[in-house]
Amino acid sequence: MAGPTSLRRWRGGVLPLLLLIAAEWCLHGVQSDALAPPTRVLASLWEGLRDGTLLGASAQTLLAAIGGLAIGGGLGLLMGLWLGLARRAATAAALSIELLRPLPSMALAPIAMLVFGFGYRLELFVVAFTCFFPMLLLTQAAVRSVEPRLLEVAQVLALNVGQRAAKIVLPAALPRVFVAFRLSVGIALVVAVTTEIATNPQGLGYALIAAQQALAPERMLALLVWVGLLGWGLSAGLLALERRWFRQGAPA
Amino acid sequence: MSADTWDWRGAASSVAVTAALLAGWAVVTTLGWVSPVFLPSPQATAQALAEGLREGDLLALAWGTVERMVYGWVLASLIGMALGALIGSSPVLRAWLQPMLELVRPLPASALIPVFIALIGLSPAMVLLVIAFGAMWPVLLSTVHGFAAVEPRLSEVAQVLQLSRREFIVKIGLPNALPDALAGMRLSLTIALILAIVGEMLASQPGLGTAIVMAARSFRAADLFAGVALLGVIGFVSNALLGAAERRLLRWQR
Repeated sequence: MAGPTSLRRWRGGVLPLLLLIAAEWCLHGVQSDALAPPTRVLASLWEGLRDGTLLGASAQTLLAAIGGLAIGGGLGLLMGLWLGLARRAATAAALSIELLRPLPSMALAPIAMLVFGFGYRLELFVVAFTCFFPMLLLTQAAVRSVEPRLLEVAQVLALNVGQRAAKIVLPAALPRVFVAFRLSVGIALVVAVTTEIATNPQGLGYALIAAQQALAPERMLALLVWVGLLGWGLSAGLLALERRWFRQGAPA
Repeated sequence: MSADTWDWRGAASSVAVTAALLAGWAVVTTLGWVSPVFLPSPQATAQALAEGLREGDLLALAWGTVERMVYGWVLASLIGMALGALIGSSPVLRAWLQPMLELVRPLPASALIPVFIALIGLSPAMVLLVIAFGAMWPVLLSTVHGFAAVEPRLSEVAQVLQLSRREFIVKIGLPNALPDALAGMRLSLTIALILAIVGEMLASQPGLGTAIVMAARSFRAADLFAGVALLGVIGFVSNALLGAAERRLLRWQR
């Protein structure tokens, strides 16, 4: 996949570069509450990285996103394993899941605000609720797609439920479970930032809103770029891991 | 699984579990294990919902949110499909633009709200634009993907028949990309509802998003839960409607 594609790769970079140059040209010396030239955005990004404010806010957002994912995604994983293995339990839970799943995550933020007040717990709750369902459904589907003969082997070996899950099902379903995890990481980050923008005064999302209200467009745009880089880096890193660990695994 | 043979026992167990969850909610609240300040009883929630719908302005608020979501989503779908068809049907445009599109994709749509506020101000138009912009990406990218995945032999047929670009898009590209585009539109609908709620919260536009925040701030837990339940209904119904439309539109494939 290397070689002649390198020139093609550059082609994709031409337009963004031209747009950036055009933005620099048009916005240079312009005083605006909404936009700033790319060089000033970059300078603000560097400033934020150097004085630690950006990293502090990122740590808050990432902590909430990863913690919420660990809680909600972990529960979703366990329940998905169970429902994937036990057909009857899956049918019995189906209606409740279908009724709860379409509940928009942000509708829960005011409830969490009422119960927990502002802070990590609010955000953890919203992120956990949102990550629970994709992890549950994708894990369930992954377990369902495990080769039936493997399950027959488990029966012949008289493995109990725990052994069956740990020794046969989980290894076989792992590539697709990892895809579910990768998607959930992206969701967790988006939900964490959204919660911060809408209600919770901490982290990158709040810093974005604060920069807008302080009429500091270069800081606002620098944060936007940073959030984008963070999301892009996380998803690219996980995708690379997935390719490395499960090369012949399930298609993404 | 349950589609081909209607499974009575399964359906009954499904209803039983949901009923048991509701009953558990009722028991927890009547026994006073959780303060009604945080968790109202299902009866109180139902009453708040009924009252709000009958004499209050809950219906008008819900309609405001639905309207915002649907307008933004339709706008997003139209623009996303048009741009997706344009980019997807041309290998040249695809090579030049797709890397940039992929770069913008992981950006949380809500993170753009501050930028839109700074550009346009706290207005209904801002909320609508945020929804349209945020919900456009799944449709756009999946349409591009659908066009890129058109069977090469079909493209050759189009060349032999000397179809123009427009004819290719209408006769071959769009029908082929439709399943992808619809999958994108489904994701967009979810995003549109979330952005409608967030946009309302931030710009204080009349809608359920604002209503539930106000209810939470003034500790009206029953009203809060009624609003959240209504938002759940909106999510459920819109998803179900789109699912039905999807099955009908894609019937020719099977």
